[in-house]
Amino acid sequence: MAEIYEQTAAALSDMLSKGEVSSKEIMAAYLSRIDNVDGKVRAFNSFDRDDALLQADAADKRRMDGLAVGPLDGIPVALKDVIAVKDQPLTASSNMLKDFVSPYDAHVTELLKRQGAVLFGRLNLDEFAMGSSTENSGFARTCNPWDLERIPGGSSGGSAAAVAAGEAPFTLGSDTGGSIRQPASLCGCVGMKPTYGLVSRYGLIAFASSLDQIGPFAKTVEDAALLLQGIVGHDRRDSTSINTPVPDYRAALKTDKKWRLGVPKEYFGEGLDPEVRAAIDAAIKSYESMGHEIVEVSLPTTELAVPVYYILAPAEASSNLSRYDGIRYGHRSQKAKDAIDVYYKSRAEGFGAEVKRRIILGAYVLSSGYYDAYYLKAQKARTIIRNDFNAAFEKCDALLTPTSPTAAFKAGEKTDDPLSMYLSDIFTINVNLAGLPGVSVPCGFTSGGLPIGLQIIGKAFEEAEMLAIAHAYEQQHDWSKRMPAL
Amino acid sequence: MAHTEIDIDKVAKLARLDLSDEEKQTYAAQLGQVLEHMEKLNALNLDDVEPTAHSFPLSNVLDEDEPQPGFTPEEALRNAPAARENQVVVPKVVE
Repeated sequence: MAEIYEQTAAALSDMLSKGEVSSKEIMAAYLSRIDNVDGKVRAFNSFDRDDALLQADAADKRRMDGLAVGPLDGIPVALKDVIAVKDQPLTASSNMLKDFVSPYDAHVTELLKRQGAVLFGRLNLDEFAMGSSTENSGFARTCNPWDLERIPGGSSGGSAAAVAAGEAPFTLGSDTGGSIRQPASLCGCVGMKPTYGLVSRYGLIAFASSLDQIGPFAKTVEDAALLLQGIVGHDRRDSTSINTPVPDYRAALKTDKKWRLGVPKEYFGEGLDPEVRAAIDAAIKSYESMGHEIVEVSLPTTELAVPVYYILAPAEASSNLSRYDGIRYGHRSQKAKDAIDVYYKSRAEGFGAEVKRRIILGAYVLSSGYYDAYYLKAQKARTIIRNDFNAAFEKCDALLTPTSPTAAFKAGEKTDDPLSMYLSDIFTINVNLAGLPGVSVPCGFTSGGLPIGLQIIGKAFEEAEMLAIAHAYEQQHDWSKRMPAL
Repeated sequence: MAHTEIDIDKVAKLARLDLSDEEKQTYAAQLGQVLEHMEKLNALNLDDVEPTAHSFPLSNVLDEDEPQPGFTPEEALRNAPAARENQVVVPKVVE
């Protein structure tokens, strides 16, 4: 039999319900896998071994008593270290929050606890979710399990690497400009960003509030559907949380429907690596051979993604991060001369280089005299981008694109060139600006053995259809079954 | 939008962020480059376009004004850098 860490979450859930394995055995197997490989991968900032095993024990007891509460009961889920779990560390991989312990649960945490999931572990990220490589973590660089010299993508690099390395059956990340889909693509797992407003942001450390969305990482599309089901639901504590009927995502995967799939020509231009292009072309052909219709569409505003994003996201970030003043929580400088100096010095000592860079950029574009030239203009451009997607979706059910223009790059390769780093999210950013759902599924490997991801962009709140489209592709290929040698 | 020279001292002050001379130099140069990339937006005619703050139209979400359980003082002060007598301690503000 395959090792527990090689199983999908759906298979583990099935084994649990048949009594073939206990939750404690599953949790112990993952903890042992972490002991064996996380020294190399460094996906975790921390994990609470005793608490994880206690939760697993409680799940086993529920099951023995006939009180198991659903498919997630007893299944381990690890969380990006920006999602609050009461009494556990919550650091955002920042020295600003190095010693912070969450006094409350995020909405998604409450929901998963209610469903019996075993929530364990805090996964590494780019500090405050700002970055595309997890090199900006204040603590450690997470490595790509397929090639330890390469980056896992970012900012949810720890969440992606943990799934790829078999350190957790599935994990949660957050996606502001591609921070779930891009690392999923680079690590060869499934990563999905829900429609803005579908998942509550209550208890998620804010980066850019109009773009942030929590979503699942998994080995397969079915697992992603399973975890998504567990975290959706209206929450009155998040004023952007939408109250909408929730379908059965897992059941919706099985369908004979034939789709019309749009391929936006602007996503296949300069900068797209030839091996990535070949893999995406093959994936498109694969859909064609399954009898789905492929149509060319145009998204002429694609190239606006990076400029618009790098005005709006830092603007919101500079505002959100103003709460880190060294007064009520977070790092406080011991060198400050007076009360005002506490702000200046605490922020200077607590934040890392990329966070400071974005705070400065955000403060600049919001400052008097530049607001209209940058911020307002970017908000107007955002309207055009959204209209662009609306027009494309009149011609098709979903869009097929590369997730990332290249496979994983080497650590250190882009650290001194922020613009080049920012361009690595060029295919994912517009989806956040338009508030749409997107999923990345493995669709091949480079000749050097690095994973390539296919991005499927769905219509707003049409996650069920988008996942079904991803699932249809996944059934035809065995990319998802491969694991890196560690 | 021709200003790709940032007055870094002014912005750092707005952001309440102490920067070293080296950081100031690096950020000013890098952000100048990033802002140049933003010039693409100037090619657009955006006169009649409504700005979008959120992907979906949002209106105020109102709640009944009812008391809800909150943090105990201990919970609220758990992460405070310094606390005494159920209060956050800060450096002296007034002489």
